[in-house]
Amino acid sequence: MTDVAIAPAGPDHRAAFRAATFGDVLRSEWTKLRSVRSTFWALTVTVVLGVGLGAVISAAAAHGYARSSASAKLSWDPTGVSLAGVAVASLAIAVLGVLCISSEYSSGMIRTSLIAVPKRGRVLAAKSLVFAAVTFVVGEATSFTAFFVGQALISGQAPHAALGDPGVARAVAGAGLYLTALAVLSVATGALLRHPAAGIASLVAVLFVLPGIAQALPDSWRNPVTEYWPTQAGGQITSVHIAAHSLQPWPGFGVMCLFVAIVYAIAWTVLDRRDA
Amino acid sequence: MIEAHGLVKRYGSTTAVNDLSFSIRPGLVTGFLGPNGAGKTTTMRMILGLDAPTQGSVTVGGRSYRDLPAPMRQVGALLDAKALHGGRRARDHLLCLAQSNGIPRRRVDEVLCIVGLEGVARRRAKGFSLGMSQRLGIASALLGDPAVLIFDEPVNGLDPDGIHWVRTLMRTLAAEGRTVLVSSHLMSEMALTADHLLVIGRGRLIADTSTDEFVRSSSQQSVHVRSPRAAELAARCREAGATVRAGSTSPGAAAPVAGPGAGTDPDVIEITGMDSAEVGRLAAAHGIALSELIPVRASLEEAFMELTRESMEYQAAGATR
Repeated sequence: MTDVAIAPAGPDHRAAFRAATFGDVLRSEWTKLRSVRSTFWALTVTVVLGVGLGAVISAAAAHGYARSSASAKLSWDPTGVSLAGVAVASLAIAVLGVLCISSEYSSGMIRTSLIAVPKRGRVLAAKSLVFAAVTFVVGEATSFTAFFVGQALISGQAPHAALGDPGVARAVAGAGLYLTALAVLSVATGALLRHPAAGIASLVAVLFVLPGIAQALPDSWRNPVTEYWPTQAGGQITSVHIAAHSLQPWPGFGVMCLFVAIVYAIAWTVLDRRDA
Repeated sequence: MIEAHGLVKRYGSTTAVNDLSFSIRPGLVTGFLGPNGAGKTTTMRMILGLDAPTQGSVTVGGRSYRDLPAPMRQVGALLDAKALHGGRRARDHLLCLAQSNGIPRRRVDEVLCIVGLEGVARRRAKGFSLGMSQRLGIASALLGDPAVLIFDEPVNGLDPDGIHWVRTLMRTLAAEGRTVLVSSHLMSEMALTADHLLVIGRGRLIADTSTDEFVRSSSQQSVHVRSPRAAELAARCREAGATVRAGSTSPGAAAPVAGPGAGTDPDVIEITGMDSAEVGRLAAAHGIALSELIPVRASLEEAFMELTRESMEYQAAGATR
């Protein structure tokens, strides 16, 4: 070991190196994501919650359908019922998204990463892109599986939906898109706040707590809040029936994407300027 | 080649690095030396683009670090051996770093062999000792086979074998014509490794000199003399302007100055302000026989202490040194 040969070809071959590209950083971030166990577990939780919880809710709702009131039957939404688990599974995506960058801060890995790739915007972009792509694949697979499993459990006990029905294919595919936008939002939030707990708490507040608080507001306040609150508006992409005081699916999703873009831009600026 | 011009870093009202200018040349091991809190790590973080200087600039090979087209192929750095995700296997850790700079996969296995970690390549890094983490960090610095290497306290946590290995590695890297910057707060370590020294204290440059020159210029040399007529010689030397104190039996270890204390030998004196040749001539001129005449060079550690005494940021209250 004292005989140290650092470079088999000698230091002269150094002249031949090429510049690092964004593709290199993408490959690197993919290796990072797949080489930690939290990724596997969070994605497993996403699928299990999305499909399993969706199945349980579908079975229970279909069972109660016969005894429900006429108005409840009128607003019966078999697609929404089967996708209910995906909405809960979004929490697993949010946690994993925050962790995949904030864990670099808590471990100190971020310094190693930024020494390897000092063009910091590339690190954030590659991380977001890789995690968004993984979420898209897992999210679409989960929502379509949840939809088919849910409809199979509903059929026979209550009216069920088919992909060919108006708005249904868009709603099911939309659930995967919603998770994908959320994935980018959580990576950006993690980069902005750096602490895993702070990042996760903020996203839980944005996703679940603040919309809940909005319900307690008087109508004149509540309606615009529920209409334009980014995650509420974005969730419209997963709805077949558009409720009052809510945006249409695509404009709603557009509002969410705009919000994600703003948070991402802030995270990018801060990451670029802050001492790491 | 690393060049800094008027580098300043302030955190609020604290000035961590104050007007630092230097140029680090290839082919040498340059020791970056200073007490804890002197600004060594902050300077290295600025070289590597992690911290932005408040004023001034620093370049590697003529470019600021953030503008390097393939950073890991140009600069290899180890700042903090524990700065990695503990849940990742050693090999995956190196692989993700290699990929980020388009370094081929086989190089990962090469560097694992160079640092002797091939046996634990599939172990997760959180189970690594500090010594193993240091080796992993050194492996990541070597991934891109870079012309410039920067190591912050690389021997921390290594066993004697490991320390020897790091020294050999630094010297080999420099001998291959690379620029090697190694920080340490241990003078003795630098004496064995570094050709050139950058000494800083409280963020200021104290010395930028070769290791030999540093010891020669910054420390007082003394002459250890044993003679049956030591008292007479002492008087002659004082007349000639030198400082004389009672010596101990072993050269270099100063005895309590005005003490009838143990270890003091009335025949032994320590003379400063004259070199051994001058003392010898003086003794001969007065017919004083000498049984020992030994030039004593302060150790590098002493030279360093002397130089940085005023600039120590954290000093135990009442400590004399």
